[in-house]
Amino acid sequence: MPESPITPALIQQHNLTPEEYQLILEQLGREPNLTELGIFSVMWSEHCSYKNTRPLLKGFPTRTPRVLVPAGEENAGVIDIGDGLAVAFKIESHNHPSAVEPFQGAATGVGGIIRDIFTMGARPVCAINSLRFGNLDSAEVRRLFRGVVAGIGHYGNCFGIPTVAGEVFFDESYEGNPLVNAFCLGVLRHEQIARGAAKGIGNPVFYVGPATGRDGLAGAAFASQDLTEESASQQRGAVQVGDPFMEKLCMEACLELLATGAVAGIQDMGAAGLTCSTCETAARGGTGIEIELNKVPQRAPDMTPYEIMLSESQERMLIIVHKGREDEVKRIFDKWDLPWSEIGMVADHGRMIVRNHGITVADLPAAKLADEAPIYHREAVQPAYLETTRQWRPDQIHDTQDPESDLMALLQSPSIASKNWVFRQYDYTVRNGTVVKPGSDAAVIRIKKDSLPDLPEDAPNRHAEVPEKFLAMSVDGNGSYVYLDPYEGGKSAVVEAARNLACSGAVPLGTTDNLNFGNPHHPELFWQLKEAVRGLADACTHFEAPVTGGNVSLYNQNPRGAIDPTPTVAMVGLIEKPEHITTQWFKDAEDVIILLGEAVDAQDACQGLGGSAYLKLKHGLKTGLPPRCHLDREKSLHGALRGWIAQGIVKSAHDCSEGGLAVALAECCISGEKARHDPHLIGATINLMGQEGLRLDSLLFGESQGRIILTVPQAFQGKCLEQAKILGIPAQVIGTTGGDHLSIQVQDKSYRWSVGQLHDGWFNSIHRIMDA
Amino acid sequence: MTDTLQVSNDSPSHKSSSKQLQFGVVQFPGSNSDQDCIHAVETMGHRAGYLWHKETQLGNLDAILVPGGFSYGDYLRAGAIARLSPVMKAVADFAENGGLVLGICNGFQILCEAGLLPGALIRNRSLQFRSEFVHLRVVHDQSPFTSQTPEGTLLRVPIAHGEGCYFADQETLQEMKANRQILWQYATADGALEDHANPNGSVEHIAGICSKHGNVAGLMPHPERACQSLIGSQDGQRLFSGIVDHLTQSS
Repeated sequence: MPESPITPALIQQHNLTPEEYQLILEQLGREPNLTELGIFSVMWSEHCSYKNTRPLLKGFPTRTPRVLVPAGEENAGVIDIGDGLAVAFKIESHNHPSAVEPFQGAATGVGGIIRDIFTMGARPVCAINSLRFGNLDSAEVRRLFRGVVAGIGHYGNCFGIPTVAGEVFFDESYEGNPLVNAFCLGVLRHEQIARGAAKGIGNPVFYVGPATGRDGLAGAAFASQDLTEESASQQRGAVQVGDPFMEKLCMEACLELLATGAVAGIQDMGAAGLTCSTCETAARGGTGIEIELNKVPQRAPDMTPYEIMLSESQERMLIIVHKGREDEVKRIFDKWDLPWSEIGMVADHGRMIVRNHGITVADLPAAKLADEAPIYHREAVQPAYLETTRQWRPDQIHDTQDPESDLMALLQSPSIASKNWVFRQYDYTVRNGTVVKPGSDAAVIRIKKDSLPDLPEDAPNRHAEVPEKFLAMSVDGNGSYVYLDPYEGGKSAVVEAARNLACSGAVPLGTTDNLNFGNPHHPELFWQLKEAVRGLADACTHFEAPVTGGNVSLYNQNPRGAIDPTPTVAMVGLIEKPEHITTQWFKDAEDVIILLGEAVDAQDACQGLGGSAYLKLKHGLKTGLPPRCHLDREKSLHGALRGWIAQGIVKSAHDCSEGGLAVALAECCISGEKARHDPHLIGATINLMGQEGLRLDSLLFGESQGRIILTVPQAFQGKCLEQAKILGIPAQVIGTTGGDHLSIQVQDKSYRWSVGQLHDGWFNSIHRIMDA
Repeated sequence: MTDTLQVSNDSPSHKSSSKQLQFGVVQFPGSNSDQDCIHAVETMGHRAGYLWHKETQLGNLDAILVPGGFSYGDYLRAGAIARLSPVMKAVADFAENGGLVLGICNGFQILCEAGLLPGALIRNRSLQFRSEFVHLRVVHDQSPFTSQTPEGTLLRVPIAHGEGCYFADQETLQEMKANRQILWQYATADGALEDHANPNGSVEHIAGICSKHGNVAGLMPHPERACQSLIGSQDGQRLFSGIVDHLTQSS
């Protein structure tokens, strides 16, 4: 086959710098051929190698006694949840594919993360996601939003995994570059953890799953470039096509095979497909690997070795089987009517040798390729815009004269409005485990015996009872905060996730993060990344919520510039008893409403208005200092809340975030739901008399951190306030529940809203925009 | 799991009747509520095992559940390929002999495709997937599937489907009415049959029906996902207890 000569233009087309090419020449001691160049380009892309971020990520806490598989070791981290059970979870982005083809881009994002989880030997039991789009007044943004939501729903619904939580924000900075971060969680027993290592010299290597086509050629490299106007049309071929039905079969077959004990190593073919899976398994196993491309099932005629190695066709797995047990693979994959092929073997030479019809087409050092990508310490410079934004103070705007309209406007703004238009497209009840469905601070699922993969036929504990457990999860991240102060914004993302878990009654177990940032070659953008990671790391350390894995997505730019820097943080927590599961909405009339935390952070020069949803909506400003996070105060607040929940006195708990106290109170009144068109509405009478001298906009709509609204039965009011005093946690009774209005009195003025009207505005806002 | 019927060895925590029944849950490639059906049956103190789609012998069963999911990926049309599978022949024979068969969601679509139930399920009126809790109004209690729910009872159960809009022509509908084949309708919280309570545009708000002889039923909502208050509702138990009552009485 004629090979193109390696020219500087070809090297550039592969996103490799001249220096990186020099390094390749040194590692090989010769020139690479085209296939090898392609392999290097995907393995050394940011997506696969973390070459720009690895030094930063070292700051993350990764270990606690609960961590069974730490970050970076395998496809996903694994954490102990007691009684011999464990969870594997991870978040991953599919931003660029979704910008180009929203339905398939988002769908395959879900498929990819589900594969990462069952590759660990876990049964995937729930999914969540974090999405960002431009403003919905643009028809193109609506198209992307509609497509992404439908794509996520299509994949998850068909696969049969409940999508139980998520967040969606709309901001002009994401126009043309939406963020699609998908999370999956799976459950397994400690002894069921599978490894992605090519172990055992002479063991056969199997390819299972559908045939390889030209779709998704070099998606990993594509994900590691700026999005340009041309990219949409030119790179459509880099977007893969997903088949959730195939993945469901592949998952069931893999779990069935893993239960036989015949598997020595297993790895999904995700980014960089066959290339990444072969060289990573060899690198992890400290071995080599040899494969024959002629044996790889192929969907398209005349595929070149380059194409086969770089294809990102979906739902494919690489499985290394103990020699002599090949028949078990064949039996199980035949049962599920899935294609399989024995394509190679594990070798002792440390090399990745690829042959096509017997002719060697690539011969590369596996470990170097996988682990010795160049590492860059990029230049970081504090962005100039911060000089201006930090100077902003609330006295530059008039206080609100019309809080009644302002609250309604905030509740209708798509970032705050109910996301039922989104999650009613996601099956969230499949698997009989969803205890708290989308729409509360955190989702809660129940783990039961059928959440686990099967054990081998002869396992002594095969029929043993499995204690039910409850997991809470939330995903959070406020790009405006991070833009205005990456360090504080990074902390806030973690703290809000932890606070959401506390409100549901959960103790954090661990975290997975998705770093969505701009081009790292730009020093100001790299500074955002560096500072945000420092904030995330400090907060995760403080909450003992180690980072168990995640994903980095750089080059999130559109032609007008970078997106707001957006780390999204998904945190998973454990709830010991079902009676501790708590939701955000008011339950009954005549309950006492208590505000925990200071109404407005006295140390904040911007009084909670910096970077707030109110400031943006009412005044069109994204400026100021975002709310500060006081990690110690937060931690004791969360601990106290869980204590009261465990005492059985908390009827609802809701954290104050975007839109501040007034929005949080309104959400407590209107977010309960019994069924379609059957909301659980309950009013409240609030008195904020004790807040003299404060700005009204700051009090009602400021976003000071560390605040939680809870309700307790009247009989427990005294006990709660007393204990708060002992613990040094600010707590005040601000009202009682009941009636069909939310009324808030501030000093001598009273504001009043019908809960029916608040609900209508909040619940139907996105419908009115999307279905108009 | 194996290719033969597998009886779960989990001992139930309680028994709702003196006789423990054996349910078979059909498992197609792409079924995804099969586990939920087994869980629901076991929650009620009975036993359930899988029926692999290539199976032709059913063994000794009291009732069959055809679960939700995307059998064979729902390629071509929901349920269109599943109806051709070997196990469906056996299910049809079982129904022919008067056995109780309940199809849920995709299972309902399959039973319609297989001709065991009249009518068809087409795309939701909204053209979108719908996942939410709905209220079902029981039309009458003269069926094994509704015997524990008097006429007018409201059941709160979840739906999760993209092709759940029930359709049958007028002639068929008249015949179904004459035979009392309509079992459940979508309703408001007050039990009213109003358009806004209908999540998918089904004709006459139909959520579920039964066969002419009454032993085969299908519905789009998921009663098996509503058998414990912990997960939002236990109203679904009342449907299954109708099956149990019927089988216990008749034995």
